[in-house]
Amino acid sequence: MTAPRLTARNAGLVACTGCTRVWPMGTPTCARCGARLVSRDPRSISRVWAWWVAGVLAYIPANLWPMLQTRTLAFNQSDTILGGAMELVRHGAWGVGIIIIVASVLIPVGKFIAIAALARAVRRGARTGAETRQRIYEIVEYIGRWSMIDVFVVAILTALVQLSVVASIQPGPAALAFALSVIFTMFSAQAFDPRLIWDDPGPETVPPAAPESTRAPA
Amino acid sequence: MAATPETPFPAETDLVDPADLIACPTCDTLYCARAPAFGERAVCSQCNTVLIAPRARAGMTIIMLAMTTVILVLGALFFPFLRIDAGGFHNDATLLDAAMSFAGGPLLLVSLAVTLLIVVVPITRAGLILYVLAPVVFDRPAPPAARPAFRLAERLRPWSMAEIFALGCAVSLVKVADLAQISFGPAFWMFSSLVIVSVVQDNMMCRWSVWHAIEQGERA
Repeated sequence: MTAPRLTARNAGLVACTGCTRVWPMGTPTCARCGARLVSRDPRSISRVWAWWVAGVLAYIPANLWPMLQTRTLAFNQSDTILGGAMELVRHGAWGVGIIIIVASVLIPVGKFIAIAALARAVRRGARTGAETRQRIYEIVEYIGRWSMIDVFVVAILTALVQLSVVASIQPGPAALAFALSVIFTMFSAQAFDPRLIWDDPGPETVPPAAPESTRAPA
Repeated sequence: MAATPETPFPAETDLVDPADLIACPTCDTLYCARAPAFGERAVCSQCNTVLIAPRARAGMTIIMLAMTTVILVLGALFFPFLRIDAGGFHNDATLLDAAMSFAGGPLLLVSLAVTLLIVVVPITRAGLILYVLAPVVFDRPAPPAARPAFRLAERLRPWSMAEIFALGCAVSLVKVADLAQISFGPAFWMFSSLVIVSVVQDNMMCRWSVWHAIEQGERA
């Protein structure tokens, strides 16, 4: 276990997550950067779940509908995300096929599971340590945006492959569903307050200091 | 580059001005802020979040990189980034073509999102950083509304996806390699250098130092 620490909340202060300044508990907005101050947002977890559900719902059609419609002289073809990746692997483009599968299947599904686990641990208590959950949260935050690569690939291909009758590529409706799923999941991760990972589940051990004991800022 | 742990919060709270205190945004641990030397980092002892990491001449580097970002994105708008040749036909795709490729129908929303993520947000963010930091770096008073401007720039950070688009170009290239012959245009290299620019900029940017500088700049 780590050494006992004093949190801003236990000191009767509220911290600004935007600029790390602290203010007496109850201050509505940070006078330095203007961010709204909340010591622990009680609705944080509800917002996480709301965006999470939206993200999962959008992810279902993103996999069922076609992502790309390719028309060439020889064939006409609609590909779903997974179908397109399998096609690449079958043609021997292992590297790109794996990038697509990782970016559009493993990362989104992994993110759903990770966010759900983090949010659940806040309410039900965690079996893993705070350090591990913090690491998971950092990875989710960092990696989330990279899922967008699939949408960009569709945009690039559509713009590029417009060769009249020889070959043309049109975007499928899954592109919209996938983009929404990525955006909703990013909102879900951003709604999560990482301070909830570190809060003691038990009763407060350090008595909160009275707000008057700190000199009020001018 | 040694990590210097922050001074723990002392028990006698009445001796401390709240202006000198900072709390870790990740785990809420309270510290007395003490700026480490250039190149050193103040790291939260609880969760290892980097709290303060000042760099020598960071301000100048950041505004140079922000200008680079604006030039590269604007340039990439008009130069083609990929070119395709097949069966006597050829086509050059610019960033604008890609952003507008979903035009028509509900997919227009995707067009809008792509334009925002790879053009509007990166340029807006770089512009805000220039607006806030350029006067501070040149020892001028902070500009009006510097605080909301910098806060917006920070909030836009995860939505600036130009570097992801650059990787998307590379993936697209391989994806249609068997369909036609593809070559990179100048805009591709511009976007690729954006990857490096954005990584360096994120490394140089110490939010605590910027807020501190804005505060000093407004007092001046």
